[in-house]
Order: sequence, then structure tokens, then C-alpha cells
Amino acid sequence: MKIIVCVKQVPDAKDVKLDPVTNTLAREGVESIMNPYDQHALEAAVALKETCGGEVIVLSMGPPQAEEVLRLALSCGADRAVLVSDRSFAGADTWATSYTLSRAVKKIGDYDLIICGKQAIDGDTAQVGPGLAMRLGIPYATCIQKIRNADDSAIVVERMMDEGYDVLQSGYPVLFTVVKDINHPRVPSLKGKMKAKKAEITRFSAADIDADPSCIGLSGSPTQVVKVFPPEPRGERAIFSGTVDEQVELLVEKIKPYLV
Amino acid sequence: MTIPFFDRRNMNFVLYEMLGAEQLTSYDYYREHSRETFDAIIEVAEQIAREHFHSHNVKADKNEPVMIDGRVTIIPEVKEAIGHFTEAGFLASHHREDLGGIQLPWVVNQACFSIFQAANISTVAYPFLTIAAANVIEAFGSEEQKARYLPPMLDGRCFGTMALTEPQAGSSLADITTTAVPTPEGHYLLRGNKMFISGGEHELSENIVHLVLARIVGAPPGVKGISLFLVPRYQVNPDGSLGEHNDVAVSGLLHKMGYRGTVSTALNFGENNRCVSYLIGEPHKGLTYMFHMMNEARIGVGMGAAMLGYAGYLYSLDYARTRPQGRLPSNKDPQARPVMLVEHTDVRRMLLQQKAYVEGAYALGLYAAWLVDQHKYAPDEQIRKNCGLLLDILTPIVKAWPSEYGLKANYQAIQILGGYGYTREYPVEQYYRDNRLNPIHEGTNGIQAIDLLGRKVTMFDGAAFKRLLAAITETIEQAKSEPVLKEWTGQLDQALTTVETATAALLETLGQEGIETYLANASLYLEMTGHLVLAWIWLRQASVACRRMESASGSDQKFYRGKLQACRYFFHWELPKVHYQSQILRNMDRTCLDMQDDWF
Repeated sequence: MKIIVCVKQVPDAKDVKLDPVTNTLAREGVESIMNPYDQHALEAAVALKETCGGEVIVLSMGPPQAEEVLRLALSCGADRAVLVSDRSFAGADTWATSYTLSRAVKKIGDYDLIICGKQAIDGDTAQVGPGLAMRLGIPYATCIQKIRNADDSAIVVERMMDEGYDVLQSGYPVLFTVVKDINHPRVPSLKGKMKAKKAEITRFSAADIDADPSCIGLSGSPTQVVKVFPPEPRGERAIFSGTVDEQVELLVEKIKPYLV
Repeated sequence: MTIPFFDRRNMNFVLYEMLGAEQLTSYDYYREHSRETFDAIIEVAEQIAREHFHSHNVKADKNEPVMIDGRVTIIPEVKEAIGHFTEAGFLASHHREDLGGIQLPWVVNQACFSIFQAANISTVAYPFLTIAAANVIEAFGSEEQKARYLPPMLDGRCFGTMALTEPQAGSSLADITTTAVPTPEGHYLLRGNKMFISGGEHELSENIVHLVLARIVGAPPGVKGISLFLVPRYQVNPDGSLGEHNDVAVSGLLHKMGYRGTVSTALNFGENNRCVSYLIGEPHKGLTYMFHMMNEARIGVGMGAAMLGYAGYLYSLDYARTRPQGRLPSNKDPQARPVMLVEHTDVRRMLLQQKAYVEGAYALGLYAAWLVDQHKYAPDEQIRKNCGLLLDILTPIVKAWPSEYGLKANYQAIQILGGYGYTREYPVEQYYRDNRLNPIHEGTNGIQAIDLLGRKVTMFDGAAFKRLLAAITETIEQAKSEPVLKEWTGQLDQALTTVETATAALLETLGQEGIETYLANASLYLEMTGHLVLAWIWLRQASVACRRMESASGSDQKFYRGKLQACRYFFHWELPKVHYQSQILRNMDRTCLDMQDDWF
């Protein structure tokens, strides 16, 4: 089975702050990590390879430093890595990104399964996975919480729903996005780290994937971000003072109206 | 915010700036490595230690292993954490590639292990014991023993122990009575009781291999009649599958002050006279083989003590920086804002004392590990020989000094937290309890003192001792030209002469008054020499800090300033102790020797 896993390098959410003046993400000095949902996608792919055999290819679109997350993926069990990187990709929205990734997937070719994280923690759109499937013209299912079994002809998965889950069966090729419940990502092995440091990472430019210039980067992105702003604080806050008994008294008074 | 339990910046300083660990990659055995691979591997260690070891350190302390229906039960987090350690490949990391390892230098291995020790010393004890036992089998086992036992020990299916102590024989191994009877089949039947066997029984692995010291029937008395045996908990069939349970029974668990997550057992071998055991190497050479394991274990004990001290230091430092308390003596206004604890000079003294002890001990431990690499793989034969000598003489110091002074550091960490530090709500009391084991196990510090003065100082006609003095002199000569270090080079030179003089006087006593008088004050000798060695290690760190300071800025510059200040503390407050210690030794003080039992 040939599995492609899409991964994205994102700023570590615990370090991200908004610039109070420009209201944009202040990325300077913020550590980059592999999008957490993508770690689960990778683990699902590697686990599947370990039971069914085959190959796991990790694919990322991003600047040259995104190689870091690809090497991390290699150290966790991926077999090879492809970085789609070109200055002309800068400023891509989910529309342009899914187009670009679809071109890269076609270039890789001959795949059975694509696994993506449910969403990236920086944009939080959850659109790239489904968008990629639509571009490729293959079926997809989102929010997969378990891969029940898979063989050469079909794969059976559980899709998380608000209450319970659906059991779905699909032939190949197919694309899934996964939620965190699907597995516990493994820690990289030392041998994996050694291999990853030396691995050659394939680079695709816009020309390599024969991308239409009008469909990539900022010019290929219909989305316009009008404003980024921190949400207004909701509700009023109160800090009580006095002795503990007095504070408890005040607290009880305060919450009384809300008690059934 | 999580308070750090180890300091990566200082690790990088010792590993790369002081020891130049990258240079090891020019050795053939380490050619596949680079600074990048070292860093990547350390990151894996850091991640596993933080996420899977540190997370249950307190829980393991509060829920020590118990016997339920004859089986040892341990909290599940321990097995899970060791699973991650094993799957990552740390059990085999330093071994050859054909054994499943990545030929990682021992110094980088120790750097990784130090993170686990700081995170959770009791959980990591299980894989450490296994690593040490596997090293012995690899070094001295037969080809069949290696083929049968090494693969499962290196992939985590089988754990290891070392079984030396008996109820009646602790430090005195000459008095062990466990016996081995040869059988026509070629194996031996073992019978005897062992005590304080860490990891002696558990369900963390499929099997356990005990390395047991015993006497073959008819063996010479004393240590010259001790052999080493491999005793599996379950027999291992030729195809690697597990056979029947061997005759090894747990007679009880020991309930300890600290290290509570590591199960400590009393084991009975051969209650039913069918404890099948296999001789490792030649008969009567067991102690030599076991010391191969013990010497590595002793370096590990020293590092563990340093790391527990280090974790306490970092916790108390964070506490002192965030806890407002009182005002400076010059401020008489009771309405004024309180200052943070760290503003008080006496608190800074306690922090500085901890820093001097733990960063000194840490650098010494990694230096010893670096010597292991040099001794094994340096291309130059003379370097290999010299490093072997240094390792020999330093091993008792590497074990004993951090275990004494890491504990003193923990004492000060508790002191800084005051009443809170004495409660179980804060981790510093656990660090203290855990660390209290280190002066006791793997050879008490009293045994280390006898090893240093009774064996190491005189071995090879004093060659190891002379090599140590020469190494210290080299550092003094190199540091002399640096004005900042001039005062300390002079002080270290004086201390060196003092130790040399005391040693010469002791050796003269040995010839005139015999071994009893010679060894009477061995512990003081160990402490004095330990302080000399630590001052040397601090001067080495200060030399690097001096060189780097000029081009450093920001946090790096503060880091180097901190190094110089800690070195200053050690030279002003600690090193002078060697002079009065030397005086007691030169005077051949007989106070302890002459004391009589019925005078107490």
C-alpha cells in the first residue's frame, strides 16, 4: 500500500501571540512544530504500513525550513519525504494550497491512500484535506477516529460523529482526515533520527509539478483576510477580598441568580 | 509553567564546549555520528523523559511496589515509560550496529541518561540495571550466552539485575555463602539468599536475568573463590522461547526511604534445589567480572546523585525567584514591597553552594564518561592507556563525591523552601530521600575510600595517581596566562602540593605502621582528593567560560559569568578545606583508630 501523509509545519500554539499593533500573528522567536493532527495522521500511516506493508511518503508545502518536520516524520517511520517549495507559493490560502498539493500528489503518482490531520492549528480551517480530495477527484471522509482493518481491496474506518460514530468502507484511492483519538503518536527512535538526518528530501518547485501560475500563491487565493483580532473578553470578572468566610459569602450571593 | 528539572544549556556547555564531544566523531567507531545526530538523540531523550518519566515521578514515590498474590505490582506508568525508552532504542544505543545499537558515544549516552535520572531516578533504574547486566554478558559471556540472552535484553523483553549482597554480607563480599554445585549437564545448581536486589521481581518484562555472585563448592575462601552466574527467572529454550520457571523466589520486599519506585527484593535461590544457573567466564573470577559492571554502575550512581541535586537546585532557584519574602536589612520600611527570596544574600549563598556542587559533579560525571570513550576507541594507544588510568583512579571519586555533595545540595534546596520544602507538597524532600541512597549502594562511600587509598593510589606503582596529578598540572599551566584565573591556578597548585604531600606521608606510614593505620582515615582522604578533583573540574569550566565570554552576549554572557562566580565560590569556600584535611592525614590522627567499642 502506498500512503501519502500531508504534514504542515506550524508555530507552536503555546508560544503564539498576537501583535497588539498589527493584529497579526507574532511569529518571531516562536518555535515551529509539526501540526499535532498531522502527527496522528503519520502514526496512522506508519501503523498501517507495519500491518499491511507498503510505503509511507510524507508531503509538505512550505518554506525550506519545513524540511525539519519532514525529517521528524522520517524519524518516526516514514520512508521518504517530499517538500513542495517555491517562492511563488507564498500567501496561498486553502484553495491554492489544495491545488498545489494535488499537483504534487499527481507527480508522486500511483497512490492508494492519503491521510491528513483534521485541520492545522494555525489556520484551523479543516479545508485542505477535503479540498485536496476534490481536486484529485477521489472520495474522502473526515474526522476518522479509528482504522478498523484494511486489505488490498478495501479499508474500513470509523468516522467520529457528535454522538457515536459511522462505520465506513471504501476502496482505493481514498483520502481521510484524522482526529487525535485515532492513536498515540510514537516517539522517534534513535535509529530513525540517524536515518532522518542523512535522508535526501525530494524538492518539487512550481515548475516541477507543472502548476498553473494563476492557481498558486497569493494570486491564486480568493480568500482575503480582512482582520485578525483577539476576541473581546466575555462577561465581567470580580475579585473578592476580605476573610475567607466573607469571600465565600460574596461568591454565594454572586452565583445565586444562576442556580436552578 | 513547568519548572525545568535539568539544564540543557549547561549540558551543551559540558558536552561540547568543555569536552569537545564532536571530536569523537573522527574516531572510526563513531564515524556515523555528528553534532546533529547527538543533538537529535538528546532531544528524543528529553521528550521521553519529560512526557513519560517526569510525569509519574511523584506517583511512583507515593505508590511503591507491593506484593499481591505473590506477584509484584507496580504502577502501570512505569512499564509504559520503559516501553518508550526501549522502543526509542536507548537500551542498545551504545552497542555495535550488529547488536542493534547505533554506536553512540558513552558520553552522549550518559548525557541522555542524566535527563532520565533527573526526571525519575527510580523508574530509569530498571533499564539501567539491564544495560549494565547486558554489558557484562557481552564482555564475559560465552557465545551461546550472548546469543540467547543479549537480544531480549537489548530489545526490552528481558531485564537484568545484579545480586551481590546477602543478609549477612553487605560490603564484605568475601563472606558470601551462596553456593553453586556443578551438574553433569554442564550447568550449576545454585542455593542461597540475596538481599537488596533492585528489580529482582516484577512484571515489567517477560523475563529477568540475575547476575549472581556465588561460590562453587570447594572454592578457595575469600574473594578469590567467588564466581559469577547467570540465573534466568524463566529458563530460555535454544529457540529463544521461555521455558519453565526457575527456582528463584521472592521472600520479601524492602520498604525504602527513597527510590521507592524501584522494587527492592530479598531473593531465595534454590529453595527446591533446582535453581539452574550458568557460569559466566572462568570459575573464581566473578568479582573481577562484576566490577566491570560495578565500575560503570558507580559512574551512573555519581551522575544520578548529581542530577537529583541538580533537579533540587533548579526547583529552589525558581522558588527563590518567585517567592516574595521580607526586605533587605537596609530597608527599614515595613510597608515596602517584599523582595524575592533570591535578593537575600544568604539565599544566594545557598543557591551558589548548590550550583557549585551540582554543576561540578555533573561535569565530573560526563568527563568520566568521556574517558570511557577515549579509553576504548581513541586511535592513539598512549591516550587510551592514560585515560584508562584516569578512569581507574577517578571512579571512586565520581561515585562518592556527587553522592555526598548532591545530597548536601538537596539539603539546601529544602532550606530555601523553608517549611514548604519539608512538606510532601513540594518535590525537594523526595529528591533528598531519593539521593540518600547514593552514598550507600554500589559500594558504600566507605568502600570507595578504601578502594581509592588502598588500591587505586598504589596501583601500577602509583601510575594512576601520577597521571591524575599530571592532568591537573596541565590544566593549571594552560590557565595560568589568563589574568582572571591566575588567583585560582595558584590556589589549585597549592592544593595539589598539599594532597601530594599527604599522600606521600600516608604511603610512608603504610610501610612503617601497616595497612590499619594507613586506611584509618581513608574517608577523609577521599573527601580531600575529591575536593581537589572538583576544583580542577571547576578550573576547566572557568577556563572555557573565560575564553567564550569575550565574544558572548546576552544570556550566554550571563551563563559564563555564572560559571566564573560558581568557580570563585568553590575556590574560596570549599577548596581551602583540603589544607586542614591534609593536616589531619599527615598527622596520622589516630582518634578514630584508637576509639574502643566499650567507650561509646
